[in-house]
Amino acid sequence: MENKKVLVEVKNLKQYFNVGKGNTVKAIDDITFDIYKGETFGLVGESGSGKSTTGRTIIRLYDATSGNVIYNGEDVHGKKSRAQLKDLNRKIQMIFQDPYASLNPRMTVADIIAEGIDIHGLAKSKEERMKMVYDLLETVGLNREHASRYPHEFSGGQRQRIGIARALAVQPEFIIADEPISALDVSIQAQVVNLMKKLQKEKGLTYLFIAHDLSMVKYISDRIGVMHRGRIVELANSDDLYANPIHPYTKSLLSAIPLPDPNYERNRKRVVYDPTVHDYSKEEPVLREVKEGHWVLCSEDEFSKYKDEYKF
Amino acid sequence: MVKLLEVKDLYVSFFTHAGEVHAVRGVDFELKKGETLAIVGESGSGKSVTTKAVMGLIPKPSGLIKKGEILFEGKDLAKMKESELQNVRGKEIAMIFQDPMTSLNPTMTIGKQIMEGMIKHQKVSKDAALKKTIELLDLVGIPQPELRVKQYPHQFSGGMRQRVVIAMSLACNPKLLIADEPTTALDVTIQAQILELMKDIQKKTGVAIIFITHDLGVVANVADRVAVMYAGKIIETGTVDDVFYNPQHPYTWGLLASMPDMDSKGDELFSIAGTPPDLIAPPKGDAFAARNPFALKADFELQPPMFKVSNTHYASTWLLHPDAPEITPPDAVLKRRNLRTKAGENRGK
Repeated sequence: MENKKVLVEVKNLKQYFNVGKGNTVKAIDDITFDIYKGETFGLVGESGSGKSTTGRTIIRLYDATSGNVIYNGEDVHGKKSRAQLKDLNRKIQMIFQDPYASLNPRMTVADIIAEGIDIHGLAKSKEERMKMVYDLLETVGLNREHASRYPHEFSGGQRQRIGIARALAVQPEFIIADEPISALDVSIQAQVVNLMKKLQKEKGLTYLFIAHDLSMVKYISDRIGVMHRGRIVELANSDDLYANPIHPYTKSLLSAIPLPDPNYERNRKRVVYDPTVHDYSKEEPVLREVKEGHWVLCSEDEFSKYKDEYKF
Repeated sequence: MVKLLEVKDLYVSFFTHAGEVHAVRGVDFELKKGETLAIVGESGSGKSVTTKAVMGLIPKPSGLIKKGEILFEGKDLAKMKESELQNVRGKEIAMIFQDPMTSLNPTMTIGKQIMEGMIKHQKVSKDAALKKTIELLDLVGIPQPELRVKQYPHQFSGGMRQRVVIAMSLACNPKLLIADEPTTALDVTIQAQILELMKDIQKKTGVAIIFITHDLGVVANVADRVAVMYAGKIIETGTVDDVFYNPQHPYTWGLLASMPDMDSKGDELFSIAGTPPDLIAPPKGDAFAARNPFALKADFELQPPMFKVSNTHYASTWLLHPDAPEITPPDAVLKRRNLRTKAGENRGK
């Protein structure tokens, strides 16, 4: 992974929401990580952990409270001209969770997919525009006949394919997928995941894959960040994270996943996370590298403890 | 053990503008006292409709139980009048829904909501009902029940709300609990707590549970027996070990194989091609045939009967016919057969 180029740098990113009466919610509380070009970076955590907010702040749907998102050397949240912003919006695209709510019911599939093409002026003529739409439909496994239909005529899995086609229409480099398969049936989930993997291989896309289904995240991701209460508590290569979880929260999260194996289920022991095990009265915890590429949020004392435990 | 519920040859249809939707097409199953049956299947497979029929909750006049019997302790629920059903619903059979927010009334304290059923069905005094309510909240693991009983749903988190819903369903000591995706809206750690709670309550009260879900991990965790539904029919049924370690129907294979394995990282995930059939005009023969790479000619022509695999295990596919050709199931399925023998050894750590 060392020779890989960093595509997205998230530096000390904070996103606070004002909830009135002087109260703020620290949805993201100082997170730092890199996403390499061509990889799939998974972000997992429970609801309220800040994983979706992270995705939305990276693409500047929210203005960050502080910190930077550097995309290909360029600050996403910096001052920008319209043209610069437009260019950035083309390179970064998003796929949403709910395929029912994210497609305009009054637009045809062709218009939904071509909206980005029109805005960015990527097609020179009507014929070229339609050709691009047809190609995109075929890329995601739909037919050109589908172009003139409306979203309600499609099933959940097909709608998610339309959402993917829309994201691909402007030839992005980086796609943020916020729980793209959570609303789909098991058999359809596999189809969509396979499609995303295939497209990544063909087009060299980089993904930020946000999900709470840990088995699917492990399957698709190269590296995974575990979020808890607005902070990244552990970040590692996906196989390493599942085989050797270090942070007690990661351990509890992994031990809570039911697997389709009755005997394993009968013997599974759930570990409960108790935040009081950490003593952060003296120092604030920071992400430290316990093993190459394996980062854990910890204090100095915990760091040496983890290092002792984590020997091969 | 005694049979609590017996569903025989159930057909349910809905009448829409487009035509008659055959949502449930001949479902048979039974449930013993204190047992947990999981019904799995994708959306539209008829799993929720089947249990709604048991609860007498099929909306009229758009929906209709066309045929079949639903015997609950020998009485046929399908033929009961609404007034008779009201004595069963909430008292003998209770239901837990997927979304704890929409199944609670936001304008009533949770205490009042739990007491409502008790006062109606058991004719107990308010004081007695309140006492029982506090006991129930304690049973489902809500701290400080005396205080919480006076609070409103918005003052509870998602997991806590689902505990309230479970307490409410247990208020009249039901014999059967129908849980329709009770943990789907919850986080994994909260899901684990709720599943543990439900198993614990079953141990304490002996209630039988029908658990509807599409999460096979959850099924492996809670179920004694499993019924797999596809296009309005049960296509495979057996003990949880039968279905997970020795699946027979290609649809069950597909479901199990399309879940990524925690310890393997293949290139491509097995996926079931295509989409489920339109139940306005259900195909003849095996409804899964069109998506089934192992389909025989017979699967397209004739509905396969339930073939017996063992005393507890049945599956509806022509592949089990003695004259069917030998086929090799997907790798993931072969791996499962081995899992049964050396189960638990390397994964239980």
